[in-house]
This record gives sequence, C-alpha cells and structure tokens, in this order.
Amino acid sequence: MADYVKMWENLGMDLETHDLLCQVLPTAVGDVFMTQENRPKAMDFWDLVISEVHGIRPAELIEEQKKGRKVFGTFCVYVPDEVVIAANGIVTGLCGGSQFWVPGGEAVLPKNTCPLIKASVGARLGRTCPFFRIADMYVGETTCDGKKKAYEILGKDVPMYVMDVPQMKREKDILKWKEEIAEFAKKVEEFTGNEITVEKLADAIRLVNEKRRALKRVYDARKSENVPISGRDALLMMQISFFDDPARCAQMCNRLADELEQRNRDGVSVVPAGTKRILLTGTPLAVPNWKLHNIIETSGAVVVCEEMCTGTRYFENEVDETGTTLDEQFMALSRRYMKNNCACFTPNEGRIDDILRLAKEYKADGVIDCSLKFCNLYDIEKKAVSEALKQAGIPVLSLETDYEDSDAEQLRTRIEAFVEMLNN
Amino acid sequence: MKDGICRRRPWQGRTGDAGRLRRDLEKKMEEKLGVGIDIGSTCAKTVVTDANGEILRRSLRPTGWSSVETAQTIQEELAADGITADNARFVATGYGRISVPFADKCVTEISCHARGAVRLFGSQELNVIDIGGQDTKLIVISGGAVTEFVMNDKCSAGTGRFLEVMANTLAVRPEELCRMAASGSDTRISSLCTVFAESEVINLIGRGTSRENIAFAVVDSIAQKVKTQAGRVRFHSGPVCLTGGLCDFPFVTERLASAFGRPVVTSPAARYAGAYGAALIAAGLKG
Ligand code: SF4
Ligand code: SF4
Repeated sequence: MADYVKMWENLGMDLETHDLLCQVLPTAVGDVFMTQENRPKAMDFWDLVISEVHGIRPAELIEEQKKGRKVFGTFCVYVPDEVVIAANGIVTGLCGGSQFWVPGGEAVLPKNTCPLIKASVGARLGRTCPFFRIADMYVGETTCDGKKKAYEILGKDVPMYVMDVPQMKREKDILKWKEEIAEFAKKVEEFTGNEITVEKLADAIRLVNEKRRALKRVYDARKSENVPISGRDALLMMQISFFDDPARCAQMCNRLADELEQRNRDGVSVVPAGTKRILLTGTPLAVPNWKLHNIIETSGAVVVCEEMCTGTRYFENEVDETGTTLDEQFMALSRRYMKNNCACFTPNEGRIDDILRLAKEYKADGVIDCSLKFCNLYDIEKKAVSEALKQAGIPVLSLETDYEDSDAEQLRTRIEAFVEMLNN
Repeated sequence: MKDGICRRRPWQGRTGDAGRLRRDLEKKMEEKLGVGIDIGSTCAKTVVTDANGEILRRSLRPTGWSSVETAQTIQEELAADGITADNARFVATGYGRISVPFADKCVTEISCHARGAVRLFGSQELNVIDIGGQDTKLIVISGGAVTEFVMNDKCSAGTGRFLEVMANTLAVRPEELCRMAASGSDTRISSLCTVFAESEVINLIGRGTSRENIAFAVVDSIAQKVKTQAGRVRFHSGPVCLTGGLCDFPFVTERLASAFGRPVVTSPAARYAGAYGAALIAAGLKG
C-alpha cells in the first residue's frame, strides 16, 4: 500500500478517525468479494481501486488540480457530466454509502433522514473522505426534500451550486431542464475559466456515450442464461464508474465485457445452473454499500440486474450526437437526462415499465424492491411496483433497510424465504 | 464370485417375493423420523413425526438467552429418547435456525409455517397469520405453496412482544391478559408504537379504566395492526388461519375475525406449525 498519509493530511482530513475507517474496509472487501469463486479476471482493476479507494483516484485528482483543472462533486445522475467535461473539469460522485458517516450526519440532520444523505453530510463534515475534501465545487439538485435541505448545510462549508430539477416530464419541463443545463454551463465556464464550445461539448457527449455503451455491454452480458459475473462484482464496477476517469472506465468495462462475452460463449457461470435470478430495484447503492447483494448472493440467489441509479439508470439512453449548436446540444442533453425515471418525478410510470422490461430482458425469476429507510418517495412507489409485478405474474419482495448491520438477519430471513418460494 | 455370495444381502434374491422384501427393507432404511426444531425469539418448539408425517411427540421450552444452548438441550433430550441422526433427520427453523449445528437443513419459518399449516388445516389454499414473539408474518398459500408473504419490520407492534410489554405494565401474565380481555370492551389504544402505547396504557390505568377494558384494547390493537399489515398482501378467499403463540386464546382469534370481517380458524397444535412444517420437510429429505 502506497503511503497516502501526507496527502490526507494536506487535505485537512481527520486522520485518527479516518484510520478507523481504513481498518474496517479491507475486512468488508475480503468478506464480500474475495470469498467468491471463479471471478472474472478483469475484476483485478476494480479490486485494486477498491483496495486503495482513498488513495489511487484521489491522488490522480490532486495531480489534475495542480494542472489547474477543477473537480466537481455530484450526488445525482441528473447532473450532466458532459457540461463539466466540456470545460475540462472533472466529475466525481460523492454519495456516502457507509454507516461510518451516519452519526456525523445525524449531528446536524434529523434522525429520520435517509442514510445516504446523512452519510454524505457526515463524510463532509467529519473530514474522513478524501473525495469530499478534494471537490472544488459541489453540484446539488432539487430532487428529494432531504437532499435539498442537506445542500443548504453543505453550502456553508463548501462552494455549492444547485440545479433545479423539474418535478414532471411535460415538454415544458424538458425545455426548463435545458435552460437549467445552459445556466449550469455558464457557471462551470466561470468556475473553470474555460469556454464551452460546440466542438468541446460534442467531444464530451461522445466520451460519455462511449462510457455508457461500455457499461451497457457489461450489463448485456448479464442477460445470458449462464451467469458470467456475480451481482456483487457488477455492482462494484458500477459504483466505481462514478469516480473514475470516463475514458479509462469505458476501456476497463470493455475489457471486462470481452471476458464476460467469452464466458457466455463457453457457458461459464459463477453460480450453479438453476440459481434464481434477481432483479434489484429501488434507491441507489453508494459505495461501500454491498449489504443487500451480499445477503442475496449468500442466500442461494444471484443478482442479475440493478434498476437503480447505481445500475441501468446510469447508462441507459444515449445523448443525441448530431447537435451543431450549443442550444441543440443542451436540448439533446435535456432529452436524455429527462428519460431517467426517478421517484422524485410525478407521475413515474416509466419506472414501472422499465422494471417490467428489465425483468424480462434479464430473465429474472423474481424482483426485490428495496428502499433506504426514510426515503418516502421510493417507499411509496413500492405499492405501485409490486402491484404491477404481481399483475405480470412476477414474484416480488419489498424491503426497507439502512446502512446498519443490525437488521441483516431479518433481511436474510425474508430473502431466504423469497428464494425458497421461487424454488418451490 | 465366491465372496460375492458372502456379501449378498438377504433380500437380494431373484424371486418376486424377495424383490418385494428388498424394496420394503430399502424403504424402511430410507424412512426416518422427521424432527423439526423451531427456535423462535421466545419459545423453542420441537416436533417429531414418523415418516408419514404423523406427530409422535411435541415439546416446547423457553429459548432463553442462548439459542445454541437451547438447541443442545433439545438434542440431548431427543437422544435420551433414542432419537438421533441414525433414525431421524433434522430441520431447523426460526430466527435461531443457524444455532442448530446438528440440523441436516435450515429452512425459513415462512416455508415451515406454510408447510405445517397446509397439513394441520388440511387445505392447499390458505391465508396464514402467524403472530410470533418478535414478528408477525402473513403468508398466502395457493396450491400448497407460498405465493406471497410479508413480515413486519423492526417494530414490535402487533407481535407477542407487544403483548408481553403491555401485560407487564398491567402486572399480569400475557395469558391472563388475553383471558381478561374477553370480558372487556369499548376501549382503544390509538398508538401503534409499543413505546407510545405503553404510556397510553399507563394513562388509562391512571384514569381508572378497568384492567379488562385495557386488556381488550391491547388485544384489539394487535388485531388492528395485523389487519393493517395484511393490506400489503392479497389474501384470497380460502380460510384465514392463525398460527403461533396466541392460538390458545379464543379471544385473540375473535378479535382478528372481527378486524378481518371473516372467520379465523386455529387449533392448539397451530402453535407448533413452524416446527411441524420443519418436521415434515425433514421426514421428506433423502439421503
Ligand atoms: S434516485 Fe433520483 S435523486 Fe437519487 S440519484 Fe437517482 S435520479 Fe438522483
Ligand atoms: S434515497 Fe430517497 S431520500 Fe435518500 S437521497 Fe435518494 S431520493 Fe432522497
């Protein structure tokens, strides 16, 4: 392990507390990932990245900052990376996925706030995550109420820009989102000192589309009858794609996809034939939240797809590349991003259609719909999701959980019972 | 093949009779007792069946502090009666199922309750309400198989635990509370949360409400909570039956029937539904 202590110190981190986090992570990685058999070789890249998650990529980002580039931290897949990239900026995801940060968040937020928000705020205020220290500007969005209010708190500690996401998806909302993107572009130009030109934005659009296609290739390989990769490994790849350089991400995903496609030709599977295939849907699973995948995959089933922002919603739909003016390009961006079906919107029938479609495409035997505790939006939507699935004759299990381990056995009982039901 | 003859088993004859004998004996060797052990949060239940699933014996003991120790005691007791791995197969269920090292298999309480209920109530189409010590389960069974289920979350409202806490507040035993409730009426606890409900009960005591009426309110609140939970599954027109620790109290069944607006059936053996289901699965195991 390289020595990153100096770097962390320079970032103003709380080294002592951070040490505690560094101690638990390797055990978690070992338990969840290294116990698996017959993993794809190409996972070596993500194993390396996760083993030094607070070292390798942060060090790269700092190097780029030294060259004058700006780092933008984001919390939602609605914020268009393309705009930042066009201004030679760098985007990094900033969602907190560990219980470690929750108490820090609870110090300033009500307890009944979703753990993702609490952990994100805790990671910033507790100074225990290098990514939260490195980002020069945070970009928030008006999605759920909890995040909106949390951004006000974060905004006192770090430059914060909030995009106004529409609540509906009418044509005028798509136009409005285009305006928001245009305004964001101005802000990014100002903050980076770089002009966004048609050519640069076109390049950025192509780059991010390429990353989407690579992620999609990995997911497409998971549709195969055999199971070429575990859900855990696919999730790790997906989570890290939020932090990585987009070109390298595409390259690594394509390398993984090559191997998975070969496995599919050879009929190689990481689970015994007949293992029940689960489509997971619901709230995002921020790194290092592997709890649900781990329980499902040690209860006799396998996750074949995630209908989540850390899943299909991140890469489905490409941005039209034919725009020749900034205005056209912003519109193309808006059209693509507004296709994302998040529970913050009303109505949100598109998500149900997606779930039904994905269940079929990925040959899921059952669907698990899980929301983070205190996420009202996704919790309320569970009823509509389960009704639609039952109507389609697809078994569904609705769950709620947070980042704590205390409910692991209760979850396991439900999940095992669900798998027993599918096996019957 | 000289020693082939020596090794030939008595039933390995060629005549029809001997063939049948062999099949019978092989079947006998295959046939083992089924033992189901359901380690719940409050009680550990054990059911032993013959190979046909008829109950030979059943027993119940408090789970106590350590489910590992409880499982060990059960094993010793069974062994004292000559029930061992030589002549029986073991299936463990309940939240403590992983604490039974001698189990041939672990199966969740959902599947076991369903299996037990189907046999106990003699129907392939059932809606099962299981009120356990720590959680309440609702299971829909069609064609003898589980098609849907819900379990309540971390909250203890609508569970045996809720009853225990309230009984404690009233300084009676849970059984007594259920009996007293039958002669109470017209009192309600509005809060579904155990902690708040407890202070409501204390308020009622302070206001001089009779214990019978408070007991009524407690049982009714459990029934209401279970009914609310049932909104998340689709009960079909088959019978609704109650399993778990509250089967022995007719008033609980009565309040449930009133909450659901349809008859609720139960039987004293339904308390053992989980263990019985586990025993049936054990009896059916091969190898
Ligand atoms: S779930 Fe909604 S708010 Fe959260 S990242 Fe996805 S799109 Fe954004
Ligand atoms: S999980 Fe729900 S509550 Fe939490 S940040 Fe996402 S939308 Fe908001």
